[in-house]
Amino acid sequence: MSLLNHSIKELEEKLHNKEITAKELVEASIERIKEVDDQVQAFITVDEENAIKAAEELDTGEDGKLFGIPAGIKDNIVTKALKTTVGSQLLKNFEHPLYDATVINKLNQEKAMTLGKLNMDEFAMGSSTENSSFSKTRNPWNTDYVPGGSSGGAAAAVAAGEVLFALGSDTGGSIRQPAAYCGVVGIKPTYGRVSRFGLVAFASSLDQVGPITRTVEDNARVLEVIAGHDERDATSANLEVPTYTDALTGDVKNLKIGVPKEYLSEKVNPEVKEAVQKALSIYEKLGATWEEVSLPHSKYAEAAYYLISSSEASANLARYDGVRYGERSENAKNMFEMYKLSRSEGFGDEVKRRIMLGTFALSSGNYEEYFEKAQKVRTLIKQDFENAFEKYDVIIGPTTPTTAFKFGEKTDDPLAMYANDVLTVPVNLAGVPAMSVPCGFSSEGLPIGLQIIGKHFDEETVYRAAHAYEQATDHHTKRPQLGGGK
Amino acid sequence: MSNIAMDEVKRIADLARLAVTEEDTKMFKEHLDAITIYAEQLNEVDTEGVEPTTHALKLENVMRKDEPKQWTTQEEVLKNAPDHKDGHFRVPSILE
Repeated sequence: MSLLNHSIKELEEKLHNKEITAKELVEASIERIKEVDDQVQAFITVDEENAIKAAEELDTGEDGKLFGIPAGIKDNIVTKALKTTVGSQLLKNFEHPLYDATVINKLNQEKAMTLGKLNMDEFAMGSSTENSSFSKTRNPWNTDYVPGGSSGGAAAAVAAGEVLFALGSDTGGSIRQPAAYCGVVGIKPTYGRVSRFGLVAFASSLDQVGPITRTVEDNARVLEVIAGHDERDATSANLEVPTYTDALTGDVKNLKIGVPKEYLSEKVNPEVKEAVQKALSIYEKLGATWEEVSLPHSKYAEAAYYLISSSEASANLARYDGVRYGERSENAKNMFEMYKLSRSEGFGDEVKRRIMLGTFALSSGNYEEYFEKAQKVRTLIKQDFENAFEKYDVIIGPTTPTTAFKFGEKTDDPLAMYANDVLTVPVNLAGVPAMSVPCGFSSEGLPIGLQIIGKHFDEETVYRAAHAYEQATDHHTKRPQLGGGK
Repeated sequence: MSNIAMDEVKRIADLARLAVTEEDTKMFKEHLDAITIYAEQLNEVDTEGVEPTTHALKLENVMRKDEPKQWTTQEEVLKNAPDHKDGHFRVPSILE
């Protein structure tokens, strides 16, 4: 069995007992990347030389919670040592970020090994990673299908066994949706749980960094490391971080589960519904109870989300002006032309569409009708969750209405593409934590994700519920069959 | 039913500092029309007396001491600049 098939905990034991070295583990990971990444194309940048050197140094130094564990980082999390492109032509040569994101500092403190940067939809805008201006990341379960997005590279790299974990970001489902499509575990923590310092901003009131892993336990272990207050992110919560791995008791007796009827509507594929219903019957066997609940404003979440996120994006992306960093158009004769041409040449169509929508929704005459209206609906969506959580410990439903789709299927119709996010965006609007955990496969052999949503800052219950289910099933033990071994 | 004029699309592109061709303008118009029509469903929701949510958590102003810290060097910052001279960012002429 390849070293990379072990859990993080098992590897830590082997490293601790000197059965293996960090260098051997990093080399195994790089070997796997060389073997399969031509097919998967999860990475934008692989830092082989520095990673091996750093692993050699680790082997003579101090221990850490993620000592020697190979990781990949979504390319919108800034890394001082590595080019950070955000999937965009505009930042294709951004070789010298001035600092490491706080989550990177935390990984470094606990001696994790960053091997490279992962592909994504440009500026995290997309649901299939097809909006990357660099490459087409493929779903490791079937390379004719998309991996989901925007953290498609992160989910695919973990599913393909290239790295033990990846960090992604989730503004409207960008961790959970690709995790569901690629059959891995991904959590969007509570807004404020993880520092956003060094995460390239898309929609600041929604963005959150989180880990993607193969198992719930690995996931808890990584979140423990990256969570916590950061004085450099004023929106990060000044709360103690629990030891999430301690929450994995396997005990869900008397856990009260709410199942929103809006999440099992006729728009949800029957195979996905069936997988969720099977999962609920497993929870029953484990001693939990579930009943139907209503989140009545769910159907408005997608419209509210696109107005709010695009408005925030149009403001955040104003910084790309061709002056201080990023590409500058060579065709500009004056400064205004430099702004306009640099942006037009640097941004792809989807990014421009969202900037246009946001600028429209924020412009005078439209502000109240679109932006403020969406923010009011956001309040009602948040209240739906608060009401449900008075009665239930977690809310469970599918992560996505369907399994992964084929390349090109939705690229010409932005609204069809946005419809993928209908079950994930309400969570970001409310700011609550939610995880996608594998819950079966479609008849075509594509993974299905179960979404477990928790109360604000109650990731512990989400982990406990996800872990108990995972231990009672074997979905997480299945691996995609990529050429060149397993 | 929402139908945004081509001139309005061009005005928005100008506000967003995007250079657009006629073809781009048409593409953006189609998208803006589609999504604003889609967004009209929000009008079904009674939001009378509902406060807008700007943020998922209730946060008051977060203050810190205003103390200077060594952050980075001018040399480092200029490494990323498309053009610079004598320690400054250089841009094309502002006045004609």
